[in-house]
Amino acid sequence: MELNTSFFSRIAIACKIIFSKAYALSLLNPETSSVQAIEDGIILEPIETVSTLKHTDQESALQLLAILQKEGRLIDFINEDVSAFSDDQVAAAARVVLAGVKKALYQHMSFAPVSDTLVGNNIHLPADFDKNAYRLTGNITGSGPFNGTLVHKGWKVADLSLPQLADGIDLHVVAAAEVEL
Amino acid sequence: MRVTVSETVSETLSETVSGTVSETKFSVGIDLGTTHCVLAYAELNHDGEPNSPEVLAIGQLIAPGQVESLPALCSFLYLPNEAEFDTHQIQLPWPQAHSMIGNFARDLGNKTPNRIISSAKSWLCQADVDRRSAFLPLHAPDDVQKLSPYQVSKSVLQHMQSAWQQQKPDSPLHEQQVVITVPASFEPSARDLTLDAARECGLHNAILLEEPQAALYSWIAQNDSDWRQQVTLGDVILVVDIGGGTTDLSLIAVTEEEGALQLTRVAVGDHVLLGGDNMDLTLAHVVNRKLASQGTRLQPWQINGLTHACRAAKETLLADNDTQQVPLVVPSRGSSLMGGSLSSELTRGEVSQVLIEGFFPHVESHAKVQKRAKSALSTISLPFEDDPAITRHLANFLTRQQSALHNIPGVNVKEQASFVHPTGILFNGGVAKATGVTQRMLEVLNNWLLNEDANPVKELQGIDLDQAVAKGASYYAQVRDGSGVRIRGGTAAAYYVGIESAMPAIPGMEPPIEAYCIAPFGMEEGTQAQLPSQAFALTVGEPVQFRLFESKIRRDDHAGTRLDYWDEGEITELAPIEITLSAEHHQGGQVVSVQLQAHINELGTLELRAMEQQGETSWKISFDTRN
Repeated sequence: MELNTSFFSRIAIACKIIFSKAYALSLLNPETSSVQAIEDGIILEPIETVSTLKHTDQESALQLLAILQKEGRLIDFINEDVSAFSDDQVAAAARVVLAGVKKALYQHMSFAPVSDTLVGNNIHLPADFDKNAYRLTGNITGSGPFNGTLVHKGWKVADLSLPQLADGIDLHVVAAAEVEL
Repeated sequence: MRVTVSETVSETLSETVSGTVSETKFSVGIDLGTTHCVLAYAELNHDGEPNSPEVLAIGQLIAPGQVESLPALCSFLYLPNEAEFDTHQIQLPWPQAHSMIGNFARDLGNKTPNRIISSAKSWLCQADVDRRSAFLPLHAPDDVQKLSPYQVSKSVLQHMQSAWQQQKPDSPLHEQQVVITVPASFEPSARDLTLDAARECGLHNAILLEEPQAALYSWIAQNDSDWRQQVTLGDVILVVDIGGGTTDLSLIAVTEEEGALQLTRVAVGDHVLLGGDNMDLTLAHVVNRKLASQGTRLQPWQINGLTHACRAAKETLLADNDTQQVPLVVPSRGSSLMGGSLSSELTRGEVSQVLIEGFFPHVESHAKVQKRAKSALSTISLPFEDDPAITRHLANFLTRQQSALHNIPGVNVKEQASFVHPTGILFNGGVAKATGVTQRMLEVLNNWLLNEDANPVKELQGIDLDQAVAKGASYYAQVRDGSGVRIRGGTAAAYYVGIESAMPAIPGMEPPIEAYCIAPFGMEEGTQAQLPSQAFALTVGEPVQFRLFESKIRRDDHAGTRLDYWDEGEITELAPIEITLSAEHHQGGQVVSVQLQAHINELGTLELRAMEQQGETSWKISFDTRN
């Protein structure tokens, strides 16, 4: 599935490039330099930095939803009109959701903070810090290293594992309708 | 139970020995539990220290068409109706006749109880049913192809074997050193059935180990060589294993052999059908009553949800903390969670009242287990304990086993002791997660000890309460042939056959029975009992029935001892053995005179043989319920 997605998205990207104005122009005028093109007001699409997007696999999302529904009744919960119930009733339902969702998530993955620094403490980030793991906010200037205050410790997931799937299972049914005989 | 006689003598033994192959790479421990099964393994390290075992994640259905690998396999088997699922929804990644074992099966069983088989293991040791006859689930609808307790055990084992095979395709399980655990209280035929199930799965090398011993091995493995610093010669360790469905007790003494500390298992308790599930159910009923008094009546399906909620609440309330109450919510069945759910709460006071005082009351060391009069009308069911007080079962065990330490070298027994004085205690099983439970048991036991001027027990700690048995079994498989410590002890019972006394017939009275010892207490594996002189006349080709008895406390009887009197409770009757001697080189119908000899094979299980008195022929009598 993943292979197919990325294959098709590659085709999509290829089409995008082929049909882009700049590419067409560069084919028409092979001698036009990029500097010339910019001066002429034509914006080139830099081929090297095009993002290769892919559709993420929906199956695991559906699987996880089904698990969260089964263990924590999450879909039932969010589809209910809270205003129709008393706080006690909402709280009771929330307990089911909290306990179940927590159990289900911890069964299928583990969580660890990105940063072990205490929230509110100073943190030093080197110039080449992991930009995926840390987000800078506020007064961002210069090129680093950076000194700041940790506002949120971040989370990372490890050991994510979801059930294996047999062929021909429609995962869009995240909870089967129950019929008592 | 029926027993058949196979033709030749030592077929199983030679098979076992030649079955040891060089490809053996792993030591595998399998805990076939009443409610959960766990498989632990370690790579064999032929020269050095044993490796620490790890747990195999076992693939199982968790939803239609979804297979997940989990550290334990619930011992539940669901038998679906044909219309219930499409085949591809309930297939496993390996071919298997009964694929619905584990989590999904348990969930379905909560909503459709008459198609679920649970506690098959408890049925395996019920002498009064034919454990090879298909009667489970007890109240199944007509379209269900019922299964026998034996078949269920085999299916569960097969499932674990396939899960192993999938992950270790180059190391088939039958080539590994496999140890399967059984309750210490399992009688010979239940052990035999377990081994037979293993053999039918192709696990000819599998050996059995008692669960409390496995737990202690796990403790030893965890403490490495340091365990010798934690116990001393003469110590007596009480292992209390409270699982989901059963409670198993054993006493293991610290002895000495050639200057090194050794362990000897000196006594095992009776099979007590009482465990954590009973406790959760009891709590659920308390909450149910509370709701009823507020005018809410629970449906049967809500009791299930409540039981789950109670289990979690129990662990929180009995842990070492200040939590005074835990809110309980029974989720609705319908999709409106807020509208249909019921809420209540469980308080610390209720849990300690119901659970601690109900299951672990303060009792005297000489307390007797209470029996209820049996109702004349009863349906077939598991003989759950009449007396829920585990402390009373413990008192009963320690008092009955009072003489267990008398001939154990290195162990000093106080003369005025009225029960066995343990010096150490090891808890195992999920119930022990509730520290309130273990604290109470320690209190009770230490009170008894104090009354007889003995020191309080030391708690041995550090084992993983859910996985210790499987891990200990894997550890045992590693040290079994090597230099590590082994728990010795042999059989924990003496065995007898019943003989009708030779006396004139009195109309209307059954002739009194005498017990004739064929296997003494403490027979070590690989040994056989002295051939007793008593001969039995058996007709070849016709079924003959023997009554079989065991005693867990008569330690001094030897093969050939004949008892015409014993105290109540000293000797228990097991399922009878029915023998049909195959003709061999005799004529059918001919009467031959045989002696019965007991032998404990290399696998640690009891074997009986009928040896022809004048002649060469001998027949192996296995505890086999097939016709």
